[in-house]
Amino acid sequence: MTARDVIKKDDVVIKFVGDSGDGMQLTGTLFSDTSALDGNDIATFPDYPAEIRAPHNTIAGVSGFQVHIGKQIYSSGDKADVLVAMNPASLKANLKWAKIGGIIIVDADTFEEAAIEKAGYTSNPLEDDSLSNYKLIKAPITSFTIETVKDIFTDRKAALKCRNMFALGMIFFIFGKGLEHTDAYLEKKFAKKPEVIKANKEVVRAGYNFCENTDVMESQMQVETAQMPKGKYRNITGNIATAWGLLAAAEKAGLPLFLGSYPITPATDILVELAKHKSLGARVFQAEDEIAGICSAIGASFAGAMACTSTSGPGLSLKSEAIGLAVMAELPLVIVDVQRGGPSTGLPTKTEQSDLNQALFGRNGEAPCIVLAASSSANCFDWAFEAGRLALETMTPVILLSDGYLGNGSQLFRIPKMADLPKINPPFATPNDENYAPYNRDPETLVRQWAIPGMDGLRHRIGGLEKLSGKGSVSTDNANHQTMVNFRKEKVERVANRIPNQQVEGDENAELLVVGWGGTQGALRCAVQEMQAEGKSIAFTHFNYIMPLPKNTGDILKRHKKIVVCELNMGQFVNYLRMNFEGLTFHQYNKVQGLPFEVSELKEEFNKILGE
Amino acid sequence: MAIEHSKVELTKADFASDQMVKWCPGCGDHSILASVLNVFPKIGYKKENFCVISGIGCSSRFPYYVNTYGFHSIHGRAAAIATGVKIANPKLSVWINSGDGDATAIGGNHFIHVVRRNMDVNYILFNNRIYGLTKGQYSPTTKQGQITKTSPFGVIDYPFNPGELVIGARGTFFARAIDTQSKQLQDVCMHMAAHDGAAVVEVLQNCVIFNDGTHKEVTDKEVRDDRQLWLEHGKPMIFGKNRDKGIVLRGTKLEVVTIGENGITEKDILVHDETTENTGIHMMLAQMRPPEFPMAFGVIRAYKQPTYNQLFEKQMQEAQENAKIKCVDDLLNSGETWEVK
Repeated sequence: MTARDVIKKDDVVIKFVGDSGDGMQLTGTLFSDTSALDGNDIATFPDYPAEIRAPHNTIAGVSGFQVHIGKQIYSSGDKADVLVAMNPASLKANLKWAKIGGIIIVDADTFEEAAIEKAGYTSNPLEDDSLSNYKLIKAPITSFTIETVKDIFTDRKAALKCRNMFALGMIFFIFGKGLEHTDAYLEKKFAKKPEVIKANKEVVRAGYNFCENTDVMESQMQVETAQMPKGKYRNITGNIATAWGLLAAAEKAGLPLFLGSYPITPATDILVELAKHKSLGARVFQAEDEIAGICSAIGASFAGAMACTSTSGPGLSLKSEAIGLAVMAELPLVIVDVQRGGPSTGLPTKTEQSDLNQALFGRNGEAPCIVLAASSSANCFDWAFEAGRLALETMTPVILLSDGYLGNGSQLFRIPKMADLPKINPPFATPNDENYAPYNRDPETLVRQWAIPGMDGLRHRIGGLEKLSGKGSVSTDNANHQTMVNFRKEKVERVANRIPNQQVEGDENAELLVVGWGGTQGALRCAVQEMQAEGKSIAFTHFNYIMPLPKNTGDILKRHKKIVVCELNMGQFVNYLRMNFEGLTFHQYNKVQGLPFEVSELKEEFNKILGE
Repeated sequence: MAIEHSKVELTKADFASDQMVKWCPGCGDHSILASVLNVFPKIGYKKENFCVISGIGCSSRFPYYVNTYGFHSIHGRAAAIATGVKIANPKLSVWINSGDGDATAIGGNHFIHVVRRNMDVNYILFNNRIYGLTKGQYSPTTKQGQITKTSPFGVIDYPFNPGELVIGARGTFFARAIDTQSKQLQDVCMHMAAHDGAAVVEVLQNCVIFNDGTHKEVTDKEVRDDRQLWLEHGKPMIFGKNRDKGIVLRGTKLEVVTIGENGITEKDILVHDETTENTGIHMMLAQMRPPEFPMAFGVIRAYKQPTYNQLFEKQMQEAQENAKIKCVDDLLNSGETWEVK
C-alpha cells in the first residue's frame, strides 16, 4: 500500500452501467446516498430500458444510473468522469457518455468472445486501441467476486449477484468514501438472510481493497462538499416528492387525500408511494383504467376530498374528456403528468416535455385549466403542494407537469416544516345557506363555493351539460353559454393575481435571455451560470407557472435583445409565448432524443446566438 | 361507516325536484322515477346523504329530477365516478342510473369492475335495448336481427344479458324488474338499498319512440302471468295465471313443469335461494327467457360478502392504529435524514 495523491474536484459524474438485473440502480443509489451523507450535493438519473429483463448481454438490455456529486449540483450532469461498465454491451452503449480522458472501469472477465460479438463489437475493445483516450481499468470483477464468496455461496448464480458490490467498493475507494451506510443498508435489507449480508459486505471490501492494494489507481479523488443552507436534509426522487407534496396539501387543507390512478411508466411510483400512507388518511384507489382513475378522482372531489390522479402522456390523452368534465363542474382536481417520450407509447422510460400542448389545449370546447410545471426532483414537493392549493382554492383542475427525468431522478431535499407551509382554504359553502347556488361566484376570484354531499340544506346537481350561471340548472341559452365560458376562462386568468412575479437570474437587461420551463432548469441554470462567469451578457428565467403566466412575463421578455426558449420538444412553449406576446422574436433550441439537455450543447448554442 | 338516518320522517315531496321532466310522454323512465321517489323516503337516510350519479343517455338525466346531491357526468363513467364518491365518503348512499349503452357499451369496463369489487353502490340499469338520446341505434342488448338506424340489414351482434355479466363478474346482487310494475320495482329497490355491496337491478324499460314494445313478450298484460317468474327467497319458483307452473332442476338444466301433471307436486319445485355463493342456479335463472321459459324477476342473487368499502375502511383503521407516521411532518422526517449546521 502506498500513499496516493488526492485530487480535489468541484464535481464529478459517475455512471454505473450493466445488464438490467446487474443491480446498477442499487449501486448508484448506495453511492449517491453515501455521498449525500458525506455532505456532497447530489443529483441522480436512472437510465433504464422499457424491458424488465431484455436478452442478456445485449444493447437493448443495458441499464444505467448516473450520479452527479459536488459542491453545487443543478442536474445529473453531462458526460461521466467515471464510467463503470459491467459487460461489453453496456460499454458499447455508453462510451459516448464517457468524458475523453475519464476513467472507465470494466469487468474484464465479461469480455469473452460471445459477449463481445453480441454487443456488436468486431474486436475486443479492451485489446484494440479504441479506448486509448481513456484511463481504462480492467478489473477482474466476476472472478474476484466468486473467489471472495466461495465459502458462502457454492452456487455461481448467487455469487454473481454480488458483482455490483465489487464495483461499488472500487468507486468508494476512488472517492475516499466510507462503507458504513452500505453496511447498514445491507443489514436492514437482508435482515433475514445473514449469508447475503456477509457476502455483499465482503465483496464491497474486496472491491475497495482491489483498488487500494493494486496500482490500478495512482490517485484518489476528493469531491468538494456542498455549502448547503442550514437545515435537515434527505435524498428524494421527484415522484416521491410529488406524492408527499400532495399529502402535505391535503393535510394543510384538512381534507382526506384521494388518488385514483392506473399504473403507467414513469408515473407509477406516485401511486406506489401514496398506497403506503393509509395512516395519513390517503385514500388510494387503483382503477381499472386511466379513465376510471380520473373519474374516481372527480367523484371523490365532488364528495369532498382533495382528489388527484397521476399519469403519463398516453394516460393524459385518455383522461381528456374527464378533465373537461372537471372544468365544467368546477371541481378541484390535481392531474399529475410525468411526461415521457411520445407520441403513442413512444419512449416510455425516457424523458421529454412534449405534453405541454396537450395540457394547455387538449380538450374539446373552451376548457382552460391551471397548468404548473415542477423543475427539479426536490421541488416536485413544492409544486405538488401548489397544485393542490390552487385546485382547492380556485375549484379548478390543475395539471402538474413533471417528467421522467425529474420523477426518477433524485436530489437533496431540504425538509420543510409543515407549520411553515401556507394554510389552504377551500371555499366551502355554509350549511343551510338559503342563498347557496352551485354557480354563484366570488366577485373577485370568480370561484364558486364547494357544497359537499352530506351537508345540510345544500342539495344540488352538477354535471357536464352547460349550467345556468348562478342557479346551476341545465341551460342551453346562447348568451348564458357565452357568460359561463367567459367566467371559466377569466377565473383561470385571475389566478395570476395570487401567484408571485417571474424572477430573472442575472442582469435584467442582458443581451440574451435564456427561457426554460419544467424539468430542464438544472442544465439551463448551470449553462447560464458558467457563461455569466465567463463574462457573457446572459440571463435566465425559468417558468413553473405556465397557465396562467406570471403577470410580469411580458415586461421581462421585452427587456432583452435576444431570447432563446429551450425545451425538450419541438417548440411548444415558445409557440405559446409567441401566441401571448406578439411582436417579440424568439430563438428556440429543441431536442427530442429522450435525453435531458447537456450543459455543453446549451453553451454552444447560446454562444452561437450571442455571436450572431 | 353507517349512513346517518333522517331525524324526521321523509316523504316523496322531500325528494321532488323543481326541474321540468323532459322525457318523452309514455317513456318508461317516468315510472322508474316515480318508484324511486317513493323508495328514497322509505329507506330512511337523511336526505342530504343520498348521492345520485349518472352518465349520458336519456336515463342519465335522472339526477336532475330527484332532489338529492347529484352528478350528471360523462358517457359510461358513472360507475367510476360513484366509486370515487363512495371511497371518499362512505357515509353516503350512492345510486347510479345508467342505460344499456352507457353501462354495457362505452362503460362496460367500469360496470364489470364496480361489480367485481363489490363496491357499495346501488346500480339501476335502464334497459330499453336501444340508444334513445341519439335517436335509435342498436345497443349491446338489442336483439339479434333487429332493424335499427345503424343496422338497416338487421343486427348481427350477439347481445349481452346484463344478469350474466353481473353474475359472471362475481356480482353479489342482481335483480330484475319492469318499469311499469311499480310495486315490485319498489320492493326490489328497497332490497338493493339494504344490500351491502354492488347491487344491480336491470329494469326492463320501454322506449316508446325508438323501440316500442321491445319487452312486450314478457310485459304484455295477456302474457305476463305466464312469462314472469317473480322470485322470492325461500319460496318455490311457481308462476302462471293459474299458479300451476314451476321450475325444476333436471340433471344440469332447468325445466318448466306443470304442477299436477306427471305426478309433479309443489314439493318438486325448486326453492329459490338468493343467498347462496354458488352462481350456477342464479346464472341459469338470469338466462331464462321465453318462449321455453318465463323470465326471472325480483332478486335473483343477494350473496353476502364484505364490501370493498368495508375492507378499505378496515385497512385504513388498522394502518392508523399501528402507524408510526401520524402526520406529514413525521413522514418528511422518516428514514435517512441529516442535519446541516
